[in-house]
Amino acid sequence: MLFLLETVISGLMAGVMYALVALGFVLIFKASGIFNFAQGVFALFAGLALYDFIATDGWFYELFGFALPVWLGIIATMGVMIIVAWLVEFLVLRHLVNQEPIILFMSTIGLAYFLEGLGDILFGSDVKPLDIGLPQGASDYLLDNFNLYVEKLEVVAAVVAAVLVVVLAIFFQKTRIGRALRAVADDHQAALSVGISLRTIWVIVWSVSGFVALVAGVMWGSKSGIQFSLSLIALKALPVLILGGFTSVPGAIIGGLIIGVGEKVAEVFAGPYVGGAIENWFAYVLALGFLLIRPQGLFGEKIIERV
Amino acid sequence: MAYERNIGDTILSVDQISLSFGGVKALSNISFAVREHEVFAIIGPNGAGKSSMLNCINGFYHPQEGTITFKGNTRRQVRPSEAARQGIARTFQNIALFNGMSTLDNIMTGRNTKMNKGIFWQALRFGPAEKEEMEHRAVVERVIDFLEIEAIRKTAVGTLPYGLQKRVELGRALAAEPDLLLLDEPMAGMNLEEKQDMCRFILDVNDEFGTTIVLIEHDMGVVMDISDRVVVLDYGKKLAEGTPDEVRTNQDVIDAYLGVSHDDEEA
Repeated sequence: MLFLLETVISGLMAGVMYALVALGFVLIFKASGIFNFAQGVFALFAGLALYDFIATDGWFYELFGFALPVWLGIIATMGVMIIVAWLVEFLVLRHLVNQEPIILFMSTIGLAYFLEGLGDILFGSDVKPLDIGLPQGASDYLLDNFNLYVEKLEVVAAVVAAVLVVVLAIFFQKTRIGRALRAVADDHQAALSVGISLRTIWVIVWSVSGFVALVAGVMWGSKSGIQFSLSLIALKALPVLILGGFTSVPGAIIGGLIIGVGEKVAEVFAGPYVGGAIENWFAYVLALGFLLIRPQGLFGEKIIERV
Repeated sequence: MAYERNIGDTILSVDQISLSFGGVKALSNISFAVREHEVFAIIGPNGAGKSSMLNCINGFYHPQEGTITFKGNTRRQVRPSEAARQGIARTFQNIALFNGMSTLDNIMTGRNTKMNKGIFWQALRFGPAEKEEMEHRAVVERVIDFLEIEAIRKTAVGTLPYGLQKRVELGRALAAEPDLLLLDEPMAGMNLEEKQDMCRFILDVNDEFGTTIVLIEHDMGVVMDISDRVVVLDYGKKLAEGTPDEVRTNQDVIDAYLGVSHDDEEA
């Protein structure tokens, strides 16, 4: 029983990590209808940039002879992500207004490979241990009192994800810019007619998703070091989105948790019968099943087409 | 007109506008002037260039030649968001609402140009942004009262019947408190009762808020009833301009509408 509980908890925590990446997808999809394939690379890039700012073996240290304190490094990285967002709008999106979603999707695939290559050239491809002073190791309190093994870092990640979701939900539902974002997603022309500037909105939404990517990059980086396989986590976010719904912020979280718990539990309890490695494919099978039953996801908007 | 209004000076003047798409001339050499507080109609057969004209005025299309002067600012090319900030609001021939959002939120987007608290406060919805949100909400509630759509305040607009969607779209335009309201076929596809309601709203807007209105409409009865002046387009050219009575008796206009060549057989 205790073992099951531990498995579920570790699944929940892994799910939070998936959810953080999925959140970035949802933001861009909600506001512009683009599935941003580059979201995982965004997280990687943010992690690499942050490492460079605060470590003593990066570019920044070489150029200036000192490393930034962590908090300043985070702000500087956010600046980098805003510049990236602006460049994406200026160099890519601006020229693809009113194009088919598939064309925009293709452009984000190009963006993903470009950013990955750029990250490699700028920062090198070795695994970098990111230490920004988040608590590591098991929580003594839970271990002593309940005999449960829970990583402190994962608890922090859960709290951060919860705060992010609340802030984003309020931002989307209750503010002018949030409304403008949703308006742009719905109808470009109508949005223009009420004085919303598409360019500004796009820069904002890509910056916000850059911020979410930064958070995801920090969390993953602290957990297992910043490595290029991080960009592959983007693929795990896909079943998360299918489960939660592409347009729902809470859906990304719930979807992430279900996938996280599902694959851990399946691995531990069903794994021995099929020779293990269930974790690698469980999420996709679950998503496939979901597509048959509820294609819009748990929280997605049901699309009604009138004929 | 039955009620008294002060028709003022020219608020919008369109001078020698020409617009073409590739080899197709959508508009050639169109000029007219709209005066403050009047209801001005643009009519003409299908494909006459009426919607293109509205799109030029609010910046969706950029005419190759000619200028548009609004409130004393002369410009040829303007961005739609810029036009909105100058006080031009519009509705669309095919309803363009934000389907996923409620009626209230749709109309709130109309306040976009009037809200300017920074993104930092916005993100937290705190301090000045909270207060601002409340003020604008009050304006929006007045618009909702005015258009008698209180009951559907929280309904997602995608699920509303057509006539109500048109009304919500008008509400969104009104929420911007525009100086110039462009209506592209506000009554298309409506039944008689809905048309009467819409006419009443248009006249009330004009009367109570003094908003200048430029509208495109196919229902001649409606146009002749509610417009102060009318301009007639055909194949991108201006056929006539004047009061409804003048236009009604203009032979060119009659021909364009009835599609007959002007012979002497009736004389």
